[in-house]
Amino acid sequence: MATLRSEIAGIVTSEDIVRVRHMVRDAAVRLSFSLVDQTKIVTAASELARNTLEYGGGGTVRIDELADHGRLGLQLIFEDRGPGIADLNQAMQDGFTSGSGLGLGLGGAKRLCNEFEIQSKPGEGTRVRVARWK
Amino acid sequence: MKLGEFLLVSIQVDMHDKLALALQQDLTDRIAATGARGVLMDISALEVVDSFIGRMLANTAAMSRVLDATTVVVGMRPAVAITLVELGLSLNGVRTALDVERGMQLLRAAVRQPWEEPDGDTPV
Amino acid sequence: MADKYRFLSELLRKEEAAILDKWLELQQVALAGRRDQVSVKDDVETSRSFLHGFGKALAATRELDLSSSGWADLRQTLEQIAITRATRGFGPLETAMLIFSLKQPVFEAIRRSLSSKPEELASEIWNATEILDRLGLFVTEVHQKGREELIRKQQQEMLELSTPVVRLWEGVLALPLIGTLDSARTQVVMESLLHQIVSTGASIAIIDITGVPTVDTLVAQHLLKTVAAARLMGADCIISGIRPQIAQTIVHLGVELTAVITKATLADAFAIALQRQNLAVVRVQKNPPAAG
Repeated sequence: MATLRSEIAGIVTSEDIVRVRHMVRDAAVRLSFSLVDQTKIVTAASELARNTLEYGGGGTVRIDELADHGRLGLQLIFEDRGPGIADLNQAMQDGFTSGSGLGLGLGGAKRLCNEFEIQSKPGEGTRVRVARWK
Repeated sequence: MKLGEFLLVSIQVDMHDKLALALQQDLTDRIAATGARGVLMDISALEVVDSFIGRMLANTAAMSRVLDATTVVVGMRPAVAITLVELGLSLNGVRTALDVERGMQLLRAAVRQPWEEPDGDTPV
Repeated sequence: MADKYRFLSELLRKEEAAILDKWLELQQVALAGRRDQVSVKDDVETSRSFLHGFGKALAATRELDLSSSGWADLRQTLEQIAITRATRGFGPLETAMLIFSLKQPVFEAIRRSLSSKPEELASEIWNATEILDRLGLFVTEVHQKGREELIRKQQQEMLELSTPVVRLWEGVLALPLIGTLDSARTQVVMESLLHQIVSTGASIAIIDITGVPTVDTLVAQHLLKTVAAARLMGADCIISGIRPQIAQTIVHLGVELTAVITKATLADAFAIALQRQNLAVVRVQKNPPAAG
């Protein structure tokens, strides 16, 4: 698996969510994702970026353009140093939220991607990795 | 933009969250102030509708209903519709139409008073 | 180490014609049964350009690392050969044999020029074996990838083939589904349906599932997703072609289809659709022949 391109962005304000959406869209266009696939990964990025901002108190995202045996993919890694998630199973459920959202962020983002991985420790922060392949 | 007894809102930019909330606020104020009976929200320019924007649309529809106005969301792109459904958000309380023209038809039909005679073209 | 491959590269340059002749002859024998798939002329051309590139790569490089820049051109030539063969239905063995059959002519050439120096002869033969084995493995790998690519493409084409969206009437679309619905297919179905809704301005879509053998919770979920997506675009869906067994499983599984209009046959669904559009099908009264 080779990384074709990689960039990192900070997520500190709600304008940054829009910026992340644009960066992910550009990356998906570079990998010539179909329009539906582009929209899916951009929407997933938007959900996760908002989580990073609202629940993690801000953090970073790394956007990797990958190639694996001729398949192209986009990998996003969101990291924050926020309070972390105590019960991951609960957090993954639709409709559960500790904030003011709809509680669709994590579960929804998982459904919009091919790969989903979450690590979190209370008090240390959260790391979410998603990938979508062409 | 006001069109007869309806308000037409065309969302043109990729909104950040605060802007979306401001729009929702502004719109409900306008409905109350103008006594509009219907709201048409054109989202054909939106390339992404995530759960936040989706919730804004649903909330606006619910709030306008309380203010006795019908909201129709028009012009959603196919890719956006597929993504929203996958996300788990099917906006059940929101009326939809393909484009502004269809949306207007729907609004006119919706605000027609129940005691008024329907159009004469229904087959008997 | 420095000029490990100098002998081989010079040998290839000097003996290119002889090696090529012998190699082509061996290929002819190996491919005797498949003359139809690759023309002899193609073979001669690809073989010549490969051999030429091989010599050049040997002269330019000192290491056996195929991913290094000195091998880039040759790698490209090989990829081309392998992919062409893969898409024409050759097996990986046959493609690998193309490279391995080069061993005999090369070894013969080495023996001819080094027959008096047995030690050098042995070491050069070892060098040549090492390289040709690597190239053979490389070409097999590329071949495999080519096959996988082909399969992926065919799968995609099949997906597209299997989801026609037809226009029944102005404003009425029909989507006859045949086979099972998995998530990949659901996405294709949704996409083509929604694009048709946009381009025809349809307000009603009939999803006919007569050809869907089983409806489990997953398939039902996919159907509901499609209906929800169409609704977001302002179009209503009717699901038709629900056979009695399917109705039974749907109820047994506790799948909620109440939010959707369902009809037993496509004809019933079409009648509803027309009614919604304020249209009706009327039998035309033929006038009795005049002056009968």
